[in-house]
Amino acid sequence: MAEARSRGPAARPLSPHLQIYRWPITMGTSILHRMTGMGLAFGTLILAWWLVAASMGPEAYAMFESSAFHWFGRLVLFGFTVALVFHALNGVRHLFWDVGYGFKLSTANATGIVVYIVTLALTVLIWIVAYRSMGGW
Amino acid sequence: MSIRTPLGRVRGLGSAKSGAHHFWHQRLTAVALVPLTLWFVWSVARYAGAPHGEVVAFLAHPFNATAMLLFVIAGLYHMALGVQVVIEDYIHREGLKLALLLLVNFAAFAVGIVATIAVLRIAV
Ligand code: HEM
Repeated sequence: MAEARSRGPAARPLSPHLQIYRWPITMGTSILHRMTGMGLAFGTLILAWWLVAASMGPEAYAMFESSAFHWFGRLVLFGFTVALVFHALNGVRHLFWDVGYGFKLSTANATGIVVYIVTLALTVLIWIVAYRSMGGW
Repeated sequence: MSIRTPLGRVRGLGSAKSGAHHFWHQRLTAVALVPLTLWFVWSVARYAGAPHGEVVAFLAHPFNATAMLLFVIAGLYHMALGVQVVIEDYIHREGLKLALLLLVNFAAFAVGIVATIAVLRIAV
């Protein structure tokens, strides 16, 4: 018994331990950068739609607006705003890394948290401005 | 611009022999997009729900038309470079990879031309 056991894999804990594993902050921001980048890629279609509708005249523009103001349209546009703001802020973080700054783990974690907080704040601010432009809900 | 090593150049090595160029243009467009994104987000928030006439008047202004075109073009170029990396990371079947790379690049050109014509129709 003891012999067979010593040949098999030792009963050590798995690493990363699958049940008590906490995502490092830098891992979260990294995958979110990629996900938001892909989201924004599809967002360019909405941007083109908006510009084309504006160029075609009031009727086409009204049609764009009826989709954009629909609750689902608002949800998509809210997602687009979060993605753009996060990706832009985290992109600046990437650019600092590219020139060699901010690599210390504690710094990278801190700037990651800053990106999360500022993303939240800016997104809310942008939507407050947008709703004020629309004159209410 | 080339930031490849002399030895790499002599040997003609590198995955697609243009990795540094790709990397550099991803960063070039990223830097350009920082001020453009600030301008874009702010402008759209201010003109949300505005009457068609006001939106058109905004886009007809030469400064705004120029900024919008720069945002669209820099954004789509950056997008195509970025999505290429994502495809190359996850798709390893040659045929599918090639098809997706074609699709992304064609889509970037098509969306870019459509958006550019729309802005020019308004502004010119
Ligand atoms: C202020 C604006 C932006 C900045 C500063 C920025 C910055 C960056 C940087 C530095 C990267 C490379 C990340 C890496 O090495 O992994 C990147 C990747 C990417 N960006 Fe942006 N970006 C911006 C806006 C956009 C926009 C508007 C789009 C879409 C239209 C976009 C789509 C992408 C995509 C698809 C990737 C590839 C993601 C990946 O490889 O994981 N970005 N961005």
